[in-house]
Amino acid sequence: MSALAHVAGDPAVAPPPPAPETKKRGWTAYLLLLPGVLWLGVFFILPLVQLASVSLQSRYPGFPGYYYRDLNFENYVSALTDYAPHFARSFLYAGLATFFAFVVAYPLAYAMAFKVGRWRNLMLICVIAPFFTSFILRTFAWSQILADEGPVAAVLNFLHLLPGGNIINTPLAVIAGLTYNFLPFMVLPIYASLERADPRVIEAGGDLYANGFTTFRTVTLPMSMPGVLAGTLLTFIPAAGDFVNMELLGPQRGKMVGNVINDQFLAVPGGYPVAAALSFTLMAAILVMVFLYVRRFGTEELV
Amino acid sequence: MATMTPPTTTPAPPADRSPAYRPSSAKRVQLWLANHFAVLTAVLVLLYLFLPVAYTFAFSFNDHGKTNIVWQGFTWEHWQDPCGVPGVCESLVTSLQVGVISTVVATVLGTLMALAMVRYRFRGKAASNLLIFVPMATPEIVMGAALLTIFVQGFANIGINLGFTTIVFAHIMFCLSFVVVTVRARIQSLDPRIEEAAQDLYASPMQTFWKVTFPLILPGIAGAAMLAFSLSFDDFIITNFVSGNEATFPKFVYVASRRGIPAEANVIGFSMFVIAVLLVVGAQVVSSLRASKK
Amino acid sequence: MAGFREARGDLQLESVTKTFGDFTAVDDIDLTVPRGSFFALLGPSGCGKTTTLRMVAGLEQPTAGRVRIGDTDLTGSRPYERPVNTVFQSYALFPHLTIHDNVAFGPKRRKDKDAAQRADDALELVQMTSFAARKPAQLSGGQQQRVALARALVNHPEVLLLDEPLGALDLKLRREMQVELKRIQTEVGLTFIHVTHDQEEAMTMADTVAVMNRGRIEQLGPPAELYDLPRTRFVANFLGQANTGVGTIEGRDGDHLVADVLGTKVKVLEARSQVHDGEMMFGVRPEKVTVSRKQPDGVGNDVKGVVRDVSFLGVATSYLVDMPSGTTWSCYEQNLDVEPLDLRPGDDVWLTWNPGHAFGVPVEEIAV
Repeated sequence: MSALAHVAGDPAVAPPPPAPETKKRGWTAYLLLLPGVLWLGVFFILPLVQLASVSLQSRYPGFPGYYYRDLNFENYVSALTDYAPHFARSFLYAGLATFFAFVVAYPLAYAMAFKVGRWRNLMLICVIAPFFTSFILRTFAWSQILADEGPVAAVLNFLHLLPGGNIINTPLAVIAGLTYNFLPFMVLPIYASLERADPRVIEAGGDLYANGFTTFRTVTLPMSMPGVLAGTLLTFIPAAGDFVNMELLGPQRGKMVGNVINDQFLAVPGGYPVAAALSFTLMAAILVMVFLYVRRFGTEELV
Repeated sequence: MATMTPPTTTPAPPADRSPAYRPSSAKRVQLWLANHFAVLTAVLVLLYLFLPVAYTFAFSFNDHGKTNIVWQGFTWEHWQDPCGVPGVCESLVTSLQVGVISTVVATVLGTLMALAMVRYRFRGKAASNLLIFVPMATPEIVMGAALLTIFVQGFANIGINLGFTTIVFAHIMFCLSFVVVTVRARIQSLDPRIEEAAQDLYASPMQTFWKVTFPLILPGIAGAAMLAFSLSFDDFIITNFVSGNEATFPKFVYVASRRGIPAEANVIGFSMFVIAVLLVVGAQVVSSLRASKK
Repeated sequence: MAGFREARGDLQLESVTKTFGDFTAVDDIDLTVPRGSFFALLGPSGCGKTTTLRMVAGLEQPTAGRVRIGDTDLTGSRPYERPVNTVFQSYALFPHLTIHDNVAFGPKRRKDKDAAQRADDALELVQMTSFAARKPAQLSGGQQQRVALARALVNHPEVLLLDEPLGALDLKLRREMQVELKRIQTEVGLTFIHVTHDQEEAMTMADTVAVMNRGRIEQLGPPAELYDLPRTRFVANFLGQANTGVGTIEGRDGDHLVADVLGTKVKVLEARSQVHDGEMMFGVRPEKVTVSRKQPDGVGNDVKGVVRDVSFLGVATSYLVDMPSGTTWSCYEQNLDVEPLDLRPGDDVWLTWNPGHAFGVPVEEIAV
């Protein structure tokens, strides 16, 4: 998220020269940290512990909505067997959305960093601005734009590019929605890391390789890797856990794991333990993926 | 043998012998496209980003009956009375209240944490870093679910039921990490020698903080607060879990979406967009004016 | 503890040591800087000069030893309690304050009622009055440097510290500021401690120069003395150029020591040598060496060599001469002759010098 921080920061302040180590030691640090750490402890760690305990609870037979403390790993077995397709869909759709967001975001970030000169700030505002309208409103708008009577379906059908005849209520619409909704999280970090890069290095690359694509692959992309890394994580994580796009744009059957968790918690009586197990599995899966991904491509300055 | 000819005194013929390289027109189009590829794509992407906003704006004028789905004619009606539908303005007020309280608390707590993280060495720093990072890497649905279980099975026992309070608790939590990283980046970009200079010039630690450090990190704090407010104001997934019967604006829209969102919600959503853009553009203009003055 | 700020007198460091983990930045330094003098701490980067300065400012506390001004022990006091101000290396101006407010910052913290007036006066001293309403980012490096100076001077500190204050300026501006700093120091009469790695800068400005190396002071004295009679190999090489050779002391000839340097016998006044038997490093400055085509009549030190390179510099000509011992000497001749020597690379020459200009220092290793 350093990318957003960079964007929020004042560009007029030059990076400081290297300075002597002047870090202080002492109790003040703990005093400063205490309220925030307490808050995260009570409202992040403690709930997760509770969630873990719920995920192992068992139902009182015959009393939906009542549980007793237990070490019932059945919930996890059920989560992994009954809902494996949902997990697969979540990761597949989120992965595709992340890929498309990257493809769409990179040229935009590149143009903002190197091509548009003083229009840069205006473009930055344009990237962020649509996201001040509510997330739900925009997704709903897509459901209407992609509707069967809407313009997109009409054009694609005219060109005979839609085998099923419609977009809305298909996985395609869900992926499109996810791509759209998390796009700024891809654009901003890539922009931030490109902006810090020296355009002369890219010119030198063009000078040495001549081929535009080779220059991109060997010079530009590696330079923006920290941004790409942050961007893909910031897109993939919320996309994998999302249920709103599926709810508003997707089909009735073939939901994602987010929908299951949401329904099990809020709509199915007695659904807590399995939903908790699902949540935990999702979180663990994502953390493991993040960890492996950062190990593979990682840089120090992720956060 | 022509190359051996000694230079003549007659002036060399004009350069039309080897005309300047002129690419074919197809090649020129290709070059132009290659040069402008990024900018063209960028413009297309921006149009794509604005498409749903345009839709929301257009359908705020729809003279719809029960559902705002099919265009049925133009009206100013919804703009004249955006609160015309029951619940919409109440939910907006709730969202604004939640947003303001969460932003203030998260910004204060997050700024203190950021100061500790940058300016001090202490045991447990790596653990603190992890504690700040993990909430950002946790899907909202998991945080929402976890909060729901603790609120229902723990907090309800001490008289805190799902509602306004629990929404605020949750929002402060997920805004906190984002505030810390935003402010931390700003503090890191600050030259520590500037603070040393203040101390050298007789400023006590408190004076150094309030006269020098704080004004210099204020832009970062303001940016963090804006980010926190927009995260809080737009949050649906976590809010949906912890809100009980309380409705925030996104929740109102989500519930209404099953029947077609009333145009009044479009009016409010689009107005928030306009207000936010005006604020951002205004801040830009003011700062660039200030920079060009003097 | 009021009183730190009222401390007056000479600055004294007593057995000051500063370690960072395993690294000893400053190693048991004793130093007295007389009140009102312009003192330079000269040394390569990493020699501990900046750390020494920061301990005087109070930005670091010594691991051992004391820092005093006059009779007041400042050890342990905070930077804002000391009558000491610093001109920082990158100026460290407050970017959010105007130039005037930057300069008035110190007096305001001290609750000086005339803070604004004092700031105006200080800006006038550094000729920056017309920039008072600007922000630091709108000034050039040289202008920022003047403001940083004014911001420190305005407080009339007992000791003013300058941490490589001219390092970021280009050569021409640096020369100008050297003269300017010297003028201001004379005018205000404060103790200036100037940290630099530029030997020329130290020699031009300071009354007294202390050469630091690896956390210790190698030698301290007026610039001319340090140049004329270096007492360590490091000083001989760091301060100006020196033609040197390692030899063995073989005997005495009146006031002189006679040493054998790779087959050549050289003489050094006993009083100008730090070692009196065994191994010695012999040295003589390039401009003290005379170059001639014929062997001059007998004053002792002469060596035959072969010209390797000739550089005509206008006021002088510089020669590189290969010596029989295998080393290369540099010689610097003023262009005074009506008939120039007109030496070419490959010519045989005789190098002579007055033994009274030679010096001898211990042959300790440079790297430890």
